Amino acid sequence: MSISAEKTAELEKVARKLRYDIVVMIGAGKPGHLGGSCSIADIVAVLYFHKMRHDPNNAKWPDRDRLLLSKGHAALTQYAALAECGYFPKKELGTLKELGSILQGHPEMLRVPGIEANTGSLGQGLSVACGMALAGKLDKKDYKVYCIVGDGEIAEGQIWEASMTAAYYKLDNLVTILDKNGVQATGPIVERYDTNPHAEKWKAFGWQVIEIDGHSIRQIADALDKADKVKGQPVMIIANTVKGKGVPFAEGKADFHHGIMTERQYETARQLFEN
Amino acid sequence: MNMQNCRKVYGQTLVELGRENERIVVLDADLSKSTMTCLFERQFPERFFEMGIAEQNMVSTAVGLALSGKIAFVNSFAVFAAGRPYDQIRVSVCIGRVNVKITGSSCGISDFGDGATHQGVEDIAIMRAIPNMTILCPVDGIETRKVVRASVEHEGPVYIRINRNEVPDVSDESQEFKIGKPSVIRGGTDVTVFAHGYMVYKSLEAAEALQKQGVSLRVVNVSTLKPIDEEAVKELASGVKGIVTAEEHSIIGGLASAIAFIMRGKAIPMEAVAIKDCFGQSALSYEQLLEHYCLTKTAIIKAVRRILE
Repeated sequence: MSISAEKTAELEKVARKLRYDIVVMIGAGKPGHLGGSCSIADIVAVLYFHKMRHDPNNAKWPDRDRLLLSKGHAALTQYAALAECGYFPKKELGTLKELGSILQGHPEMLRVPGIEANTGSLGQGLSVACGMALAGKLDKKDYKVYCIVGDGEIAEGQIWEASMTAAYYKLDNLVTILDKNGVQATGPIVERYDTNPHAEKWKAFGWQVIEIDGHSIRQIADALDKADKVKGQPVMIIANTVKGKGVPFAEGKADFHHGIMTERQYETARQLFEN
Repeated sequence: MNMQNCRKVYGQTLVELGRENERIVVLDADLSKSTMTCLFERQFPERFFEMGIAEQNMVSTAVGLALSGKIAFVNSFAVFAAGRPYDQIRVSVCIGRVNVKITGSSCGISDFGDGATHQGVEDIAIMRAIPNMTILCPVDGIETRKVVRASVEHEGPVYIRINRNEVPDVSDESQEFKIGKPSVIRGGTDVTVFAHGYMVYKSLEAAEALQKQGVSLRVVNVSTLKPIDEEAVKELASGVKGIVTAEEHSIIGGLASAIAFIMRGKAIPMEAVAIKDCFGQSALSYEQLLEHYCLTKTAIIKAVRRILE
């Protein structure tokens, strides 16, 4: 059963709020990972505000669902979501990357409640997710492990090592979402280092593959529900996304992988998501 | 002298720990018959994970298990355990001080037959440079058991270095093992030898020979390479005419570096017996290879003589 129109509208609003926080966190005149953070905003909104079983007042609750952001440079989205959920005060968002801040350029588990592991050196988060899923099986717990990887990131060999682990150990409690935004730091994936084809690769590695529009709240929610029904193999949701989604001047631009907004661009983006 | 194979003791100790503690899990990268984690696999197949020949993924997977409450031991040869997943150990394990134990088996040149690719002579240097890492290198079978147990008691990352071959028992069964504390294996007054692993035994051999010539060696087992109790080292280096370090590791970044740094500013002669910044190679026996790289009783005696002359 699909989610209601009300819930969809509510989650769209959450995603807008996340994008607003991302833009404000980065600010004008400073570099920040705008593109890859905005491309996963809808996915993260659905996970934290609809799908995942979690408790902001008990971040280490053993039965919680877990989200690993293997593409750790998009941490801004997760920071915004965690703050919105109440894992830490929203005012912390204003301290991003400041000396001593809990919000580092890449996520650190010992500093931020709700961050499950240290990621950012690409390719490692999916393996950590496999370990958590294995532990879940061993302990006969029914939590789910979600992991978001990037289409540039999957050039890392370790991703494919982990993909074999997930299939070999039949980790049907692991759901991975590929943020297929098509752009890596130095340009379009197809022109720089083409990791395509994606669905065929993951299928060949023993995964159940679902392809969706990664900006459709309904499709994201449906795919996550569909993943619950898969038994005996891990699930890969290939989410077709746009890098910098929602920020017109940044959409599809490698320059905004880690770009700098001018004062004017910043104001444009901020006002876009303000309400 | 009683001989024991440290990796066998290691495997047996994992089995004992597995019996006592349900949280213990073991991962291996297709070397379980060499690392002897096969003993654990036999007893606790559900808590043993064959990870294939993929060390990087093995380390990060262990992190996921540890973050879910397990005490995860990852295993391979020292050269692969410390070398291939360096960044995974750094990022996934150490920044977050995750409770993962990494065991580097067949350390140093103890895998004499397999040559340079399989001989980990710089693993301590790599591991020492990573913040939050604890490094343990047991001297014999007796201490191996204690070291593995201590690693479980210690919450956080530990790197354990295990010899491939049978080595003589030199430590005292009744002595308590404490992470960070060097222990005196033989008292002496002229020169202090700081050593780890099999080179402690070589130092004892040197001490025996030198005693007949009227020279008294103090032999110290530094089985914790990090953190090292600096005050204890200074204390053990006092009242003697000089110090010698002896180790089956590169002269760069291991015990020699650690002791030299601790003793900086002190006017005390120091000599180092170690592998001289080169790779290993194949040989038909362990002793032949140790001889080739001057990791011998004779090399230690010569180092002592250089100090005394």
